[in-house]
Amino acid sequence: MRTEFRLSGSGGQGLLLAGIVLAEAAILEDKFAVQTQSYGPEARGGSSKAEVVVSEEDIDYPKATDPDYLLALTADSYRTYGKLQGKGLIIVDSSVQLDPEIKARTTAVPILETASVGLGRKVVANIVALGVLGGISGVVKAETLEAAVLNRVPKGTEELNIKALRAGLELAAKAKKA
Amino acid sequence: MPNAKLMQGNEACTLGALAAGLKFYAGYPITPSTEIAEMCAEELPKIGGKFIQMEDEIGSIAAIIGASLTGRKSMTATSGPGFSLMQELVGYSSITEVPIVIINVQRVGPSTGMPTSLAQGDVMQARWGTHGDHPVVVLAPGNVKECFELTVKAFNIAEEYRVPVIVLTDEVIGHMREKVVLPDQRQIVVSNRAAPSTPAGYLPYKADQDGGVPLMAPFGAGYRWHVTGLSHDETGFPTNKGEVAGNLITRLMRKVEKAEPIIRDYATEATDDCDVLVVAFGSSAMSATSAVRQARAKGVKAGLFRPKTIWPFPEEPLKEIASRAKRVIVPEMNLGQLVLEIERLVAGKAPVERLGKVNCELFRPEEILAAIMGGSK
Repeated sequence: MRTEFRLSGSGGQGLLLAGIVLAEAAILEDKFAVQTQSYGPEARGGSSKAEVVVSEEDIDYPKATDPDYLLALTADSYRTYGKLQGKGLIIVDSSVQLDPEIKARTTAVPILETASVGLGRKVVANIVALGVLGGISGVVKAETLEAAVLNRVPKGTEELNIKALRAGLELAAKAKKA
Repeated sequence: MPNAKLMQGNEACTLGALAAGLKFYAGYPITPSTEIAEMCAEELPKIGGKFIQMEDEIGSIAAIIGASLTGRKSMTATSGPGFSLMQELVGYSSITEVPIVIINVQRVGPSTGMPTSLAQGDVMQARWGTHGDHPVVVLAPGNVKECFELTVKAFNIAEEYRVPVIVLTDEVIGHMREKVVLPDQRQIVVSNRAAPSTPAGYLPYKADQDGGVPLMAPFGAGYRWHVTGLSHDETGFPTNKGEVAGNLITRLMRKVEKAEPIIRDYATEATDDCDVLVVAFGSSAMSATSAVRQARAKGVKAGLFRPKTIWPFPEEPLKEIASRAKRVIVPEMNLGQLVLEIERLVAGKAPVERLGKVNCELFRPEEILAAIMGGSK
């Protein structure tokens, strides 16, 4: 069975890295994973999208077809991809105004605020988001996500990133209860 | 799983090149190929190799031809606009028989087009981009692992036949990451160009007229020979004799023609009994694979032929499979290039349907599935 993720936001938010870590975590659990991306010519500030497909079986088509989880960190990405969302869940940052036209199941989670206020570092929003996606989907275990994060993040930032991941996992647990 | 790793297509091409013995890279960075240059810049100095960022793509291909003449395995990587600039010297590599590998990560064209977006519009340019009849081999990976395997193969073909070899990938294959287990270096077969044993009596372009490959002496090893883009005789010096020039072109073209059954590479899925044959390469083939599987699940006898060598095209295997099909569908991220070759090979024995797409987004499987289910138009 395929589990499809679409991570969308603004270039520079680090969503591509979040997608890579999610895919690497899946591989650590002996699953198949493919990660693709699309972005504009701008290095920062343009729209950015990463997709991850995780499966127990070999993956033929690498892109998300009907994402099980859409993460949207900006109003633009929420409107663009929210409208395309079918059966899957939208996980939108709490700072984004919800649009009644977008009918897919939606949960608002304070990802950006948790990073900038709770952890005091806006740059770890992507790892908070990773924790939220991992926690809500359950596609990989929390400890596997930790291992995958530690494999990827720069030396000296391990503690901060693990804190960010755990904060994301807590947000996921709350969102699931709600 | 041992050493399973999430790997990007461009990274796999670079690792393949290094596994095949790459020692020199010259290039000019261009999206979506830049990761190849970045990684070569990091890795080559560690193994005594050289990386040079050149002033442009013309300088880049010139530099790798020069480096290859000295016996170093050499490569560049680029995308459409850079590939266009390189064309004159692709011909120079062909006629001087200096082995080179070019990785062309296709993007939307013409001209600057859309740097970060997908297209497969360089199929014909890869074959016929430079002027005159000339030998060239073009390989098209269909996933990240094949980026590794076919780059190794590209170097081996370049070395064995002394031709320019182009690895034709695209933005999706180049940038996507997937789980890959690479072979152990000891399992990788690496070819090296055949060299003469003594400078005495060395004729740099002496070879069997029937597609023979001359022995190649490395520059700087005591051999004196002349290298020119002019038509030349077996001494390497220019000729104005039509017959000599004609013999040269004929031998050069025959090299690849003779090699085709040996280097041919393709994959098939469910083609034994297929009524509807889909022919697709590169990223389009990933969508096509999914579509064929979905069609089978609906009870429709669909199959896939996926060429990995696209020039020269694996003619006989395709003809054999297509002879049993009722319809042939060719999806590609352009408005009809590879399909021209398929139409030539199928030769009217079954309708060949074109499925071109140029909106920068990879085919969704259902688009190809709809064509499979749609019946002949």
